[in-house]
Amino acid sequence: MNRSTIISMLLILLGGGFLIFRTSTGRMGQSYARVIQINAEDSLQKQLEDLDDKIAQQTDKQSKASQDIKASRDRLEQRINSVKGQSWETRTLVAPRHRGEENVDFNWPMTIGLWVSAFGMIAILSFLFQDNILYKISEAILIGVSAAYAMVLGFWDGIVGILFVKLTPGIVRETVIPATPLEAEPNWIYLVPLILSGMLLMRLSPTGNWIARWPLAFFIGLTAGFRLVGFLEADFVHQIQATIVPLVVLEADDTINFGATLKNILTVLTVFCVLIYFFFSIEHEGVVGGIAKLGIGFLMITFGAGFGYTVMGRIALIAERMSVLFDDWLWLIDPTAKRLGLF
Amino acid sequence: MIVSYFVPPAQSWKDDFAIWFEILAAFAFVLGAGNLLKMHLQKVSSRQAGWGFSVITIVAFLVTLVVGLGKVGVNPNAAFPEYAWSGNKMEPGSSWFWYIFEYVYLPLAATMFALLAFFIASAAFRAFRAKNIEAILLLGTAFIVLIGRTYAGIILTDWLPEPLRFDRLTEFIMDVFNSAGNRAIMIGISLGIVSLSLKILMGVDRSYLGSEE
Repeated sequence: MNRSTIISMLLILLGGGFLIFRTSTGRMGQSYARVIQINAEDSLQKQLEDLDDKIAQQTDKQSKASQDIKASRDRLEQRINSVKGQSWETRTLVAPRHRGEENVDFNWPMTIGLWVSAFGMIAILSFLFQDNILYKISEAILIGVSAAYAMVLGFWDGIVGILFVKLTPGIVRETVIPATPLEAEPNWIYLVPLILSGMLLMRLSPTGNWIARWPLAFFIGLTAGFRLVGFLEADFVHQIQATIVPLVVLEADDTINFGATLKNILTVLTVFCVLIYFFFSIEHEGVVGGIAKLGIGFLMITFGAGFGYTVMGRIALIAERMSVLFDDWLWLIDPTAKRLGLF
Repeated sequence: MIVSYFVPPAQSWKDDFAIWFEILAAFAFVLGAGNLLKMHLQKVSSRQAGWGFSVITIVAFLVTLVVGLGKVGVNPNAAFPEYAWSGNKMEPGSSWFWYIFEYVYLPLAATMFALLAFFIASAAFRAFRAKNIEAILLLGTAFIVLIGRTYAGIILTDWLPEPLRFDRLTEFIMDVFNSAGNRAIMIGISLGIVSLSLKILMGVDRSYLGSEE
């Protein structure tokens, strides 16, 4: 066995032993959830009461609004009969300090989830030591899950939530989105994006690749149109507008506000010098060269700030992950008093 | 799209096309996922190196897909209890898709991004050398921003006059130099995008259709 294998084995043994000890004494990695019983009949009854209040508030009982509310009430009353006896539970994750309270129970699925996420995080962090099979497995899982996650969101939010609602509002209302308005009619123009989308999927076919070029061209054209105007508005005109600021800032009593003045001068100077640096139609020599050199200096400050900001963002992410590992899972720290001395 | 900004009757086209765009983007996700599946299935069938990891990817993909599309474990919407499929696919504590998101996707993705902190830091340690004025400016700014955004920065420079304290300096750098520098860069980028968009719309650039174009 080489040195790195011995170190890995030793770490696994020590870590495993620690986990077995802590788990056997019930001092880590437990999740608790507040269970709430939802009764379907009660839920609809509440809606019925709200509608009754609305009807009572209507001054003109014969108006269309009043008639619509009454019709909704009648429909709701009929629905109540069909859900009699139907109920289910919802679970909300709560801090372990709430255990023992009414309706708060130890939750197996959330506890298993916590352990799975903890091992997944350790597997990915193990890459810092060296590339290994645990890291590769986690990476493979992440790729599969994230692709399916994007597809599921695309399906429910884009395909069902927009396309099917526009094309078949009746079916959608009777199945997955009952809140679809009753007056919604099929909008057949949406057959066009459906056909284009079907053509786009032909890219997966070995012989139908050329068909996918039409929707792709449409997609790119649309993006180009959006971007052209969007960037001109937000990143060109607005940025120039934001740079045209007074170089001397006066207070209400006509005295100079030196802080704001310095800030504005430096802002205009920085934008000007950096733009000169990016302007390649004239040689960067003489005065222009000097300004461009100053522009490089300002750019370096920008890049340095960007670098520091990015690193700090990543460090915040790792701190958050460490908090999950050491606080939520291992119960070794308790900065937000989640357990109140329960170690 | 451009015309809709100038012709009042065509202004609603912009919103309609934006919805069409969302629909096409949703199908593009299906296409992307299908492509991923195809690629990994090919890898498995030809027993390429690392095909075992492709099996894991396919299994993870299919499990998440079935759970998400089938709304497994999701309770009905309380306002419409008679419609079994009306519930929120991300309902906490019930939806299996929520469990996968909360306990697999989120922690793994966040840890993967967090790893970059170590790689950026080690790359910077190896590559950054204060050899000239520009490099000193970059290093110095990065140092001030890094320290200034922590409590250490406040404690270590507490004795300095207020404008020179690292937290205040960081604020000043971010407000003035960073925003102005980025502003100039964004003006350049926007001009680049506008010219690229025009090239695409006029058919001068057709590279998006494939390399043979």
